[in-house]
Amino acid sequence: MSSSHLLGITTFAYLLASILYIGMFIFRAKRIGFAATAATVIAVAANTAGIGLRWAESHWMGFGYAPLSNMYESLVFFALSISSVFLWFEYRYGNRFLGAFVVPFSAVAMGLAGLKNPAITPLIPALKSNWLIAHVVTCFIGYAAFAISCGLGSVYLLMLKSNSSSAGRLSRLMSQLPSLDTIDDIIQKTLVFGFFWFTAGIITGAVWANSAWGTYWSWDPKETWSLITWFLYAAALHFRYIMGWGGKRIAWFSIIGFASVMFTYYGVNYLLSGLHSYG
Amino acid sequence: MAKDKSKTGHGNPVWKFFTSVKLTVVVLLLLASTSVIGTLIPQNSSEAFYIQKYGEVFFNLFKTLDIFDMYSAWWFLLLIILLAVNIVVCSIDKLNTTWKIIFPEKIVFNHERFIRLKHREKFDIKDNVSSLQSLYVDFINKKFGQTVTEKGENGVVIFAETGRWTRLGVYVVHLSILFMLAGALMGALWGYKAFVAIPEGVTVDSATLRGSDTKVAFGFEMRCNSFNVSFYDTGQPEEFKSNISIIEDGVETLTKDVIVNAPLRYKGLSFYQSSYGTDSAKNVVLRLTSNESGMGYSFKMDFGQTIDLPESGGKFTLNGFVHGYNFRGHNLGEGFVGTLVYSDTSDHNEINKKLENSATKADTNASTAQETTSVGQSSADGQSSADGQSSADGEKVDSGTEEFTAEKKITPHFHEVEIYIPVKFPTFDKMRRGHFAFEIEDYEKKYYTGLQVTRDPGVWCVYIGFIFMIIGCWITFFMSHQQLCVEIKTNGKDACKIDISGTSNRNSQGMKLRIMKLAAKLQNMQR
Repeated sequence: MSSSHLLGITTFAYLLASILYIGMFIFRAKRIGFAATAATVIAVAANTAGIGLRWAESHWMGFGYAPLSNMYESLVFFALSISSVFLWFEYRYGNRFLGAFVVPFSAVAMGLAGLKNPAITPLIPALKSNWLIAHVVTCFIGYAAFAISCGLGSVYLLMLKSNSSSAGRLSRLMSQLPSLDTIDDIIQKTLVFGFFWFTAGIITGAVWANSAWGTYWSWDPKETWSLITWFLYAAALHFRYIMGWGGKRIAWFSIIGFASVMFTYYGVNYLLSGLHSYG
Repeated sequence: MAKDKSKTGHGNPVWKFFTSVKLTVVVLLLLASTSVIGTLIPQNSSEAFYIQKYGEVFFNLFKTLDIFDMYSAWWFLLLIILLAVNIVVCSIDKLNTTWKIIFPEKIVFNHERFIRLKHREKFDIKDNVSSLQSLYVDFINKKFGQTVTEKGENGVVIFAETGRWTRLGVYVVHLSILFMLAGALMGALWGYKAFVAIPEGVTVDSATLRGSDTKVAFGFEMRCNSFNVSFYDTGQPEEFKSNISIIEDGVETLTKDVIVNAPLRYKGLSFYQSSYGTDSAKNVVLRLTSNESGMGYSFKMDFGQTIDLPESGGKFTLNGFVHGYNFRGHNLGEGFVGTLVYSDTSDHNEINKKLENSATKADTNASTAQETTSVGQSSADGQSSADGQSSADGEKVDSGTEEFTAEKKITPHFHEVEIYIPVKFPTFDKMRRGHFAFEIEDYEKKYYTGLQVTRDPGVWCVYIGFIFMIIGCWITFFMSHQQLCVEIKTNGKDACKIDISGTSNRNSQGMKLRIMKLAAKLQNMQR
């Protein structure tokens, strides 16, 4: 079995998990919750094994490297980060219904990876650095937490809407979810968690840039967009902690912030030119 | 941190303005939104490029607003300064009012506060107050934090707390930003970025500043001993490596390989592998084929060297290497140039005299640098412009193509011909229909290495900022000031009621879990 087989299986496992989570939510079938979590665990395991095997394959090809070096590899790692961080939150909060709003992000990331060329090619000299792993891993743990906060932010706004209309199917569906306060609390936790790792990601990137290009900051579009994203989340945390914002406004912030994350990660590479053309 | 207004009597409206958190978020959002501009409009390109792209009107507007170099524009720097002042004033203001609250001379626990808490753990236990007290105090001292025991109604109350200092974490985060800004300022004031291209075997002692013609001296000399580029089987570059020696007062003090991601650092300067190109050639082997006898001859030659040709064919001097040659409007690419002198009469003495008179033109063409390959970034579209040196080198590309005048007749009997021997087209010289047809049998490329030279005396300060930022964020987000209250009340003879509650300045969910675990442990303790 090759790593691309394993990662193909991973894509289907995430898809299955997403369907199970969404089905559980829509049909209010709490009993399939275990199956949904099991599918996610299998997907995460296959995802991890796939990355590990790809790592090994690159060594067998004679130019081993950590498979975090291009868009395909980073999307695969993104999918893994989202579901791993989510599983931890699911365990912590003991509510499976939120999976319907998070695990599909992993499925989409794997789907996007499927559109890329999965060929294993040796690293260009600029990427040959120990900072590669530190930089990519920290950034993507941050991205994953922001993805989860975006999913939960949407849930929060949906719940507010259903509460105001008070009757109907939507509010019956929403009643399965944790309370607004709990979701608000998880949004805040994911924001803070994401902010920490994202900050570490920018810093490891800056240190790496200083050892490869001779400057820790060069206002390259990728760098600038990461800083824009950082400013947005920093403002959100100040709103939250100092000005006492919560609920609806922070939910909106988590969605806007994630849009900025996605532009930093994905949009910059296709729409703007710069040093970060590898992903 | 509380929302409270400053109580320290700073009535100054300017001070008040800068203590506002509204200012912080407004500046943060302004920085975020204006930063977008510079990612949409390419920065630091040429005026011609901008006029062509945006037209005269927008060009003038953007130029007035410094949009083409916006990250060092006055209004952008002003925003950063506003943020810095805001951070300083806010931190001083808050610390002034909260320092005594955070670190009072004597820590006092307010039992009322704990009584009001909703979440609590309660259980009954068969034991007396005093033995439970000593047991619990020992345990809490070890597992939670310093305890204070007070008398309660029908028993005792044990208070404990941990992590009071973590309330300072947020100030560490804010301080870290000041360190980064200070480091950046030091770099801008006393640092520079420059570029130098060193051909193999050549020694230099200065580099050219980025975006200008100014030279900066290193204060020592450096020599490029060799440059190597290796490729994977796929044709992708694997490694760019320059072997560099540092020479001080004529003495070699250091020799090191410089590769991408592993710069050479020496006396405050850093040298980064940034590009390379073909400078010249070495170990050239010429192949001559006689049109008269059909014989072939090989000669290994150096630049400037003159050889006697066989079959009394005259003399040949190898002058140099050129990067291009214009033949009837076509560029035939890299090749070698030389001078051929021959006579109709085969009188060699005359030829020798002639050669001595004409100044040798050898190695004049050897130093035109070409074909810069940027190595720092992506292989695909080598964005060398980011390094700033490509424009400097790019100018030389056009001058690389040379054209030679045709044969000159020196005297009735002597002919001097400048000939061009292309690398790619071995039969080219046959067209001259001379005594010999020249071709290049073999040669080795002589490279030059392009090094970025950076001096940044502020990096250490920025890195301290980085470390503070990470530590400060960890403290602020993942640690908290937690307080615990365990009340032991007698409930008949040798029986007690235990009531446990606790608070945390952050992460109340985590505190809840901690209290539950602690309660379970206290309940099942070995007695």
